[in-house]
Amino acid sequence: MASYLIRRLLIAIPSLLGISLILFTVLALAPGDPFEELATNPNVPPEVRMALRAKFGIDDPVMVRYVRWLTAMVQGDWGFSFASRINVDDLILQRVPTTLFVVGSSQLLALAIALPVGIYAATRPYSVFDQIANTLAFVGFSLPTFFTGLLFILLFSIKLDWLPFVYRSDIAATGWRWYWEMMRQALMPILVLGLFQAASYTRYVRSAVLDVVRLDYVTTARAKGLSETKVTIRHVARNALIPVVTLVALQMPAVFGGAIVTEQIFRVPGIGSLLITAILANDTPVVMAVTFVFACLVVFFNLIADLLYGWLDPRISFR
Amino acid sequence: MNEHDLRGLIADVKEGGQSRRSFVQKMVALGLSAPIATQMLAWNGVAMAQPVDDYKPTKAGGGGPLKILLWQAPTLLNPHFASGTKDQEASRVFYEPLAGWDAEGNLIPCLAAEVPSKENGGLSADGKSVTWKLKQGVKWHDGKPFTADDVVFNWEYAADPATAAYTTGSYKDIKVEKVDDHSVKVIFAEATPFWADAFVGVAGMIIPKHHFGEFKGAKSREAPANLKPVGTGPYKFVDFKPGDIVTGERNPDYHVKNQPHFDTIEVKGGGDAVSAARAVLQTGEFDYAWNMLVEDEILKRMETGGRGRVLAVPSGNIEFIILNTTDPWTEVDGERSSVKTKHPTLSDPAVRQAINLLIDRDSIQKFIYGRGGTATASFVNEPKMFKSKKLKYEFSVEKANKILDDAGWKKGADGIREKDGKKLKYVFQTSINAPRQKTQAIIKQACQRAGIDLELKSVTASVFFSSDVANPDTYTKLYCDMEMYTTTQPQPDPERFLNQFTSWEIANKENKWLGRNVSRYASKEADDAYKAAQKELDPAKRAALLIKVDEAFCEANVILPLLSRTRVAAAANNLVPKYSGWDSDVWRLASWYRS
Amino acid sequence: MAGSTLVSPSAEPTSGSPARSVSVSPARETWRRFRRHRLAMISTIVLGLLVLGVVIGPWLWPVAINDIDFAAQLQTPSWSHPFGTDDLGQDILARMIYGGRISLAVGLAAMVVATFVGVVVGAIAGMSRGYVDSFLMWVTDLFLSLPQLPLLLLVIYLFREQLKAVFGLEGGVFVLIVVVIGGLRWMPVARLVRAQFFSLREKEFVEAARASGATKWRQVVSHILPNAMGPVIVAGTIEVSSAIIAESTLSFLGLGFPPDIPTWGRILFDAKDHLDVAPHWALFPGAAIFLTVLSINFIGDGLRDALDPRRVI
Repeated sequence: MASYLIRRLLIAIPSLLGISLILFTVLALAPGDPFEELATNPNVPPEVRMALRAKFGIDDPVMVRYVRWLTAMVQGDWGFSFASRINVDDLILQRVPTTLFVVGSSQLLALAIALPVGIYAATRPYSVFDQIANTLAFVGFSLPTFFTGLLFILLFSIKLDWLPFVYRSDIAATGWRWYWEMMRQALMPILVLGLFQAASYTRYVRSAVLDVVRLDYVTTARAKGLSETKVTIRHVARNALIPVVTLVALQMPAVFGGAIVTEQIFRVPGIGSLLITAILANDTPVVMAVTFVFACLVVFFNLIADLLYGWLDPRISFR
Repeated sequence: MNEHDLRGLIADVKEGGQSRRSFVQKMVALGLSAPIATQMLAWNGVAMAQPVDDYKPTKAGGGGPLKILLWQAPTLLNPHFASGTKDQEASRVFYEPLAGWDAEGNLIPCLAAEVPSKENGGLSADGKSVTWKLKQGVKWHDGKPFTADDVVFNWEYAADPATAAYTTGSYKDIKVEKVDDHSVKVIFAEATPFWADAFVGVAGMIIPKHHFGEFKGAKSREAPANLKPVGTGPYKFVDFKPGDIVTGERNPDYHVKNQPHFDTIEVKGGGDAVSAARAVLQTGEFDYAWNMLVEDEILKRMETGGRGRVLAVPSGNIEFIILNTTDPWTEVDGERSSVKTKHPTLSDPAVRQAINLLIDRDSIQKFIYGRGGTATASFVNEPKMFKSKKLKYEFSVEKANKILDDAGWKKGADGIREKDGKKLKYVFQTSINAPRQKTQAIIKQACQRAGIDLELKSVTASVFFSSDVANPDTYTKLYCDMEMYTTTQPQPDPERFLNQFTSWEIANKENKWLGRNVSRYASKEADDAYKAAQKELDPAKRAALLIKVDEAFCEANVILPLLSRTRVAAAANNLVPKYSGWDSDVWRLASWYRS
Repeated sequence: MAGSTLVSPSAEPTSGSPARSVSVSPARETWRRFRRHRLAMISTIVLGLLVLGVVIGPWLWPVAINDIDFAAQLQTPSWSHPFGTDDLGQDILARMIYGGRISLAVGLAAMVVATFVGVVVGAIAGMSRGYVDSFLMWVTDLFLSLPQLPLLLLVIYLFREQLKAVFGLEGGVFVLIVVVIGGLRWMPVARLVRAQFFSLREKEFVEAARASGATKWRQVVSHILPNAMGPVIVAGTIEVSSAIIAESTLSFLGLGFPPDIPTWGRILFDAKDHLDVAPHWALFPGAAIFLTVLSINFIGDGLRDALDPRRVI
């Protein structure tokens, strides 16, 4: 196990290097210009744009820029944003707590809904409960988040006037009031994201449980006279968790990466909105930093998932 | 009104036979914009008026929080690097220029003690220099006094090519000298008709020398004050999260008595325009939202909620279509749409004239832009003095059909007109933006009825407006037959704005498509008129020359203006903002109050 | 396939499993079992009707999709406009019929591409160990971490004109969209399939097949894959809805169909700002996407149940 872990970690280094090279190339080749706003402004002479491009090294060949980025990165320098002219790491660190809170909570909510509902529905396939749960799940992922988000705003903010729909990172209140305000403003984004995620998780959990619920060992367990609840939790759920673990591992990097659409709708200052603004403004250093951290997390959680498979099903061997 | 009458009137005001106000009113009635009317008076020795200030609160503070929502988030707070209005608005909370433009077009002093005029000796007779007297007793937020050194420093800072300031266009061709601690002199190389550019409005905000002095030129990025502004404005900096939120608190030492009214200010960014309008008009979470690029129908519905209202003021921005007279589908010397080529069908003036007749501007205004724009046939609309009276628009499918029939374009089996095997089929491109796509649909339908087939293409704005040399989809490449976008007129004078109609600005491979004349069309008449206008000190003659430039392009149907855009904002019902189309939204934030 | 995985007869709670009936060909047996899945049958009919509707709809409802009529803005459903009109007075029913062809085609084709690529990559990675697995997972990780927006802009920039030249305007866009959506969404399927393979390849029935000399290919196709289909089918159905919605997002990047061509996702997006006064505008595309996803899912369920002899319906 330990040697497997070490080997995987060693492989991770060149694979991340490769990923970073490809990411950098894609970003460098992708069309766009960080100084586009200057282009339509007759007050800004073209020379200023040219000077800025030269100053920020945008006109250099891709490989030169990649090597420069990599050497700086190795020394812990993430570069600076073209738009804000501040260091990228500061910019990202400002956004991390909010992102972890909002997206993290929504993932927890999704799991809290999907696991019980999915397992219960699968143990009683085609029952009334199963049918209702399925229908809701289909509605859940047929409607995109831009739509449900708006529906929530119209209902809870405009019609009922219960919740604010602009997320603010600087709530003036202190003490318990702060928590209350925080909950109120975070509720809608968390619900929108959580329910959307829960809809697909529920379908996966149900299907995974359905796959194992009739396997031999479950019947054996049942035959041994174990109670239905015990059978479900001990024997069914554990084996059915493999796809669920896979999915959660796939989603974990997003807890850092944020949710672009939902963050835009509720103005949540998360990494997702930072990324989309940076992409639209062609602020390459920011985009590169965010996607690279994201890539590291993807690789890391893939490794975690592989280790968990072995724990969930001891017959899976790693060599 | 001819030049002679105008002169008579000005003389009348000067001698006191007529009030300044009635002069401006008369001029406005004649279609002359207020900013220009007041500038005309200034050049002719009549001082600008102090506007009536209707500020009600009798003490500073006590107004609670003021919450402003920008749907594009500010990314930095140095006005010299403010790349878009979002940054200019946010910087203006903390920094101030010497003077700003109000909605009526008056130049209002801010850090200046008075607006320069011939009477107070501010304007020289030859039009080559302006002397600004600075307001005394103004303090930076850190308590240091504001002096002429700061003003001179701003010129050095912005004019230095190594700084690469975005405001450099206003500073690079002038010289600034300190006269004494509280006056500076701006010197122009040539007689300059429009002098109120440097140190005025959005490009004129003054940053403190003692915070930026060491960070001039190449080191400009490293200044800590880029993110922690120390200004002279009504609110002091508290916190800034780039791309998210800016907060400030009342400046107790503000240089205007009893101002500002609010205790704290918050400028939140992000999201989209529609939901920003909702937050002001429907839920009242915010007091003010800018730049409401939202279909008017939606805004009207939100206004019925009764929490807020929509404000609109004219600006010089214009939404227009370019008809490409060069061939976008043939490559010559490594570029398409080269001036060496001719468009197979659009080079026929009859076709261009027909297309102009197929644009239903009134419907586009009524059903899409509403208060966001006014249908027009002229490229320059504001200031009114520069708007051509001759240019008219019309929507008539029959006339278009007749013109095309007469010109020999016959409908083929597929209903598309053709002549000599050349079909009237065009690619019509614009940036992605809901009102633009709807406008495209309306024009396409009308063209269909006249036997012209349009293929609609939309390019994401970040690509369309980029200056990426390698990308074929940028607006300056013009690799299409027709193109639609808005161009901005930053100051209430169209001279610099109209350089996009000159032959030496044609965008091509050689200048890396950075030239401002995107249409590629050239007219000797326009070139000559433009050159003459640059030197003309007489405002009436100058306006006539600039109108000639406009007409040369519009009458050739190369430039088809659609709408003169207005600036639209949403404000809470009890908020009294000072709004202007010629300056930032928050240009006079200090005198905003809640009734 | 029936009869090939009779490893666990004890898992059959009911006696007299239909799989054991003799002298029925596997295909007919599958069809017989599928037919017994009531929801799957209804769903097949619903999906068939949707497809039929968008194919012959233009003849039954010959109204132009881009007929602008400012006198009829935002009308609620009526006899002249059964689905109402949008803010330019265009007939929503006609637009739904036209857009449905694109949306259904894009949704189904992208689903097939994503699922196929995902299953192939996942299966190969799951069966092989060591370097092949490492490499394929590297590719998966790479695709997962690619920022989609810049990548899409790059793809349009590089390939749009070429594809347009080869397939024509709409054909080129269609190919591009299917490849892009499919090519950017296969990774979860690959990871899921691989994980299922890890677990399944150690199961008794696979060992039994291996012991009895089944080739690797046969192990995969007849023993492991059918048992790994559960998550694949779920992923496939989710894929259809996300592809339909993703298509509308793409047209906002200038990558999708020209802006005047309505698709379900696009109609839904256009409707969102008028949701408070014209809910009908959003209702129809929303319901159409929902029905498509629902029926595809039940068909998937039915197919799986029919293909898996161990399962009772």
